[in-house]
Amino acid sequence: MSVESAQQHPVSLYLKVWGWLFVLSFFSYMVDYLQFEGAARWGLILLFMVAKAGLILSIFMHVRWERLSLKLVLFLPMFAIAVFIILMAIEANYTETSRWLFFNNN
Amino acid sequence: MTNPDKLNLADSGWRSVVADWSADQQAFRLSWGKLMMWIFLLGDTFIFSIFLISYMTVRMSTTEAWPNTSEVFELVVFGHTVPLFLIAIMTFVLITSSGTMAMAVSCAYRQKKRYAVWLMLVTALLGALFVGMQAFEWSKLIADGIRPWANPMGAEQFGAAFFMITGFHGLHVSAGVIYLLVIAYRLHRGYYDKKGYEIVEVTGLYWHFVDLVWVFIFAFFYLW
Repeated sequence: MSVESAQQHPVSLYLKVWGWLFVLSFFSYMVDYLQFEGAARWGLILLFMVAKAGLILSIFMHVRWERLSLKLVLFLPMFAIAVFIILMAIEANYTETSRWLFFNNN
Repeated sequence: MTNPDKLNLADSGWRSVVADWSADQQAFRLSWGKLMMWIFLLGDTFIFSIFLISYMTVRMSTTEAWPNTSEVFELVVFGHTVPLFLIAIMTFVLITSSGTMAMAVSCAYRQKKRYAVWLMLVTALLGALFVGMQAFEWSKLIADGIRPWANPMGAEQFGAAFFMITGFHGLHVSAGVIYLLVIAYRLHRGYYDKKGYEIVEVTGLYWHFVDLVWVFIFAFFYLW
């Protein structure tokens, strides 16, 4: 049971990813600066967020080169978080409706 | 119990459980240090997720107006009002530190110990700079009257969410700076010369994770 061989990857790859992270951060800042609204704003924010997170995880944190067992340990539990987000969104929606009905109903 | 072949697993149910769990088995082909860091980060993911989900819940359910973060975090630079100026700089500082950390890991695996130590020190410095800017941001908001229980600009939940989320993240950055300094010092002193420099990658995992969390905080708290 030897430990996986050392993570050695070309420096140019890291530099490219680094550059992309700067560009994507700049874009996501521009979403706010240029005052995008509505679906375009949320879509762009999520797009740049996912792209940045993906680059950091897969290249900087070497997940891309890890074995499937580790990837499963890391990504299967995210399903629980997704379920939690949906549950709390439903709950929050209900709370807001109740508040509008009972607090602000003059 | 050293030779599993000689073990009669049918002896009793509990004996077989002990044999299965104590036997020389390995599910993950990673060093234990790296695996434990991943498990820790998985736990941390849940903590930050819970913070961000509770932020979503209070923001969705409040009937008060949520403050416009673009205006709350704007800064006057050379006579111009720039929205989210400090937050943008903090984001770039943290990404830069992630880059130097990636280079430190790369250098460590290339046996360039001296470069790895210096790059880790630069990473720690950038992390400290980030925490310093966050302290500035906190004091600015506190001066504006924002508290965990109060917010003159609208929904009170804004204060609670802001101080909890950025505070917990800032705590992680501060801990990371200390962690980096300790490992850089030990690396410099030659503690890892025999063991190998994988510890730099493990430290890097933690540091990149802190940057990763900031990506989500930046998107959901500051931009949304």
